[in-house]
Amino acid sequence: MKRSTLVNWLIVLAVVALAGLPLLFVEGEFGGADGIAAEQIAADHPDYQPWFAPLFEPSAEVASGLFALQAAIGAGFIGYYFGVARTKRRLTAAGTDDATPDTPPADDTR
Amino acid sequence: MHIAEGYLPPLHAAAWTVAAAPFVVHGARAVVRRVRTDPDSKLLLGAAGAFSFVLSALKIPSVTGSCSHPTGTGLGAVLFRPPVMALLGTIVLFFQATLLAHGGLTTLGANVFSMAVVGPWVAYGVFVLTRRLGGGLALGVFLAAALGDLATYCVTSVQLALAFPDAASGVAGSIAKFGSIFAVTQIPLAISEGLLTVLIMRLLIRVSPAELTRLGVLKPGPAAAPVTVKEAGA
Repeated sequence: MKRSTLVNWLIVLAVVALAGLPLLFVEGEFGGADGIAAEQIAADHPDYQPWFAPLFEPSAEVASGLFALQAAIGAGFIGYYFGVARTKRRLTAAGTDDATPDTPPADDTR
Repeated sequence: MHIAEGYLPPLHAAAWTVAAAPFVVHGARAVVRRVRTDPDSKLLLGAAGAFSFVLSALKIPSVTGSCSHPTGTGLGAVLFRPPVMALLGTIVLFFQATLLAHGGLTTLGANVFSMAVVGPWVAYGVFVLTRRLGGGLALGVFLAAALGDLATYCVTSVQLALAFPDAASGVAGSIAKFGSIFAVTQIPLAISEGLLTVLIMRLLIRVSPAELTRLGVLKPGPAAAPVTVKEAGA
């Protein structure tokens, strides 16, 4: 494995660990911070009433699907970008060598 | 995690909307200008927006026993400067407010101000400062994304504190209270966002070094180590 690929995987590992370790070692409900803030407001200012409600409020199940959709749209577009960029790079490297001196073809394979 | 719908008094909601609006208008013009003068960067601009879309959909558990999500605005701020992210961040927040009941329309102005204005500007400032002080690209990107993320939630805490000052200790005590809910939760997430932004930047350097050099993120000189090595190899 190339060194830069190894570094990339170590970064992924670190992110997974940062998210996973609290689940293992911290006791908690893991509710949303926004909900906890709302509870705090309700506790300190019992007279405050939220004066506007969401126009459309999906159920928890539907909301999880929509969050997944949001991530999928984003990830899909990023994947598309990388596909286009890699292809473009490969084609220009194969076509005119002098146009992109920064493209050694051997480096293109992951 | 943004301020929930209806959780800012009308006056505060209106004030933050007024404060955020000029940045969004300016950002929209910056996007139009960018697309018109530099059509080749359209795809990367979309990818920067998509990165924010993905990251702000990921609710990640944190050390406080609650969870929150990153913002993903640091990448776009470093690549395209902050004004562009004012628009892209607003689109993300609007999507979440209308379809997911996450954040809200009345609190959109406040949330835009924290996530799409302050976050990107802090990220950009930190990036420029780190580079000027001689820090490497990866370090600059990491600090930019992480501190931009953290700054967003510090602003959120202050916004709520101003609206709901503590009965005994006033706004200061309230900042501490909301800060412990939002900002402390955000610390490990900010580190994650920094790492993920470095990761995607490393991948971008691999697939489109020419584009990044054109945007001024990679310097054509010896500062851009990864590319220079490749150039030397070719």
